[in-house]
Amino acid sequence: MRATTVDLALDTRGGAAGRRTLAWTAGGLSAAAVLAGGFLAPTDAAQGPAQRLMYLHVPAAWVAYLAFGVVLAASVAHLIGGDPRWDHFARAGAEIGVALTAFAIGTGSYWGHLVWGTWWAWDPRLVSTALLLLTYTGYLALRHSIAEHTGARDTASRTVATVGVIGFLLVPVAHFSVVWWRSLHQQATMLAPERPPIDPRMGLALLLAVAAASVVALCVLLHRVVRLERRQTGPAATPTDPARRTPARVG
Amino acid sequence: MIRRPGRLALVGVLLAGGGLLITSALRDTLTYYRTPGEVLADPEVARERVRLGGDVVPGSLRREGDLVVFKLAEAGHEIVVHQRGAPPETFREGEGAVVEGRLATDGVFRADHVEVRHGNEYRPAEAEPSDAR
Repeated sequence: MRATTVDLALDTRGGAAGRRTLAWTAGGLSAAAVLAGGFLAPTDAAQGPAQRLMYLHVPAAWVAYLAFGVVLAASVAHLIGGDPRWDHFARAGAEIGVALTAFAIGTGSYWGHLVWGTWWAWDPRLVSTALLLLTYTGYLALRHSIAEHTGARDTASRTVATVGVIGFLLVPVAHFSVVWWRSLHQQATMLAPERPPIDPRMGLALLLAVAAASVVALCVLLHRVVRLERRQTGPAATPTDPARRTPARVG
Repeated sequence: MIRRPGRLALVGVLLAGGGLLITSALRDTLTYYRTPGEVLADPEVARERVRLGGDVVPGSLRREGDLVVFKLAEAGHEIVVHQRGAPPETFREGEGAVVEGRLATDGVFRADHVEVRHGNEYRPAEAEPSDAR
């Protein structure tokens, strides 16, 4: 059985099995990331234990970017193909992105309090990330209000998809803000062209945390898409597998 | 298909207004701090309240009563800072910092707020902290 992301999003027995495998992978990676970030990685010399917030803050921010990338890709696919299925990916991606951006701002704020000595600064990285949060919250609100007030599904979702494409322009702004402008926020470490020194154990913990966050987010995305699909087809409809035609219950 | 032109117009006006607010607010954000070189070249900009950023010069940090005195340097220019109030615990010589305040006529920058600007390098605490850049 090939397991592409789209197959995994199917409300079928095969899809459910694939999602379950993915969930176990996510759990394993998360456990490894907690061990690595909490125990294996040494305490930072300059920042002390506060630096461990990096293993939450950085994955949240990166995976939020990825989630907004899903919104972009799904919106483009929706505009080109007109398949409403993509619209569910866009919505789920935006929801995950908004939640993770909020989490990144929350953890970053606390990290800033501990290390910079301030909870918030009107700094390019912080402001652009806040704008990112506002934009995609607005995107979700727009979807909601359009769905509520119009019967014209297709036009509405094309408007929404256009916003989903344009909104992504802010992602590179947020990411490169620390390079383009003077910022209180430090520059990237792992994604820097010439990687500055980071202890290998810290680097490993960070990569594990990013991998875990990505797979967890993928699980949530698939789960959400299946839910949205089911809601659209109605609870009475029996989910069917076009290949096998077996009714499937997903736990 | 535009069902409600009124609402679209409202959204347009809100977006335009928001855009204006954001760009005016960003003007300050995009230069989050000034460097000592800029402030020395044009001291008038620092008569108003500004942020000044640089590295804390090793050996310049001392306390005078309730004042914390140090030099901030960047690219060979340095400015003496008199900070009122305790800086964050992570504040130390050789690390970056951003202070908020005004440049007095005697050339001393009087600040009342310090933010520590740390680098993107991470190393274990076992290493000698004093050699951390």
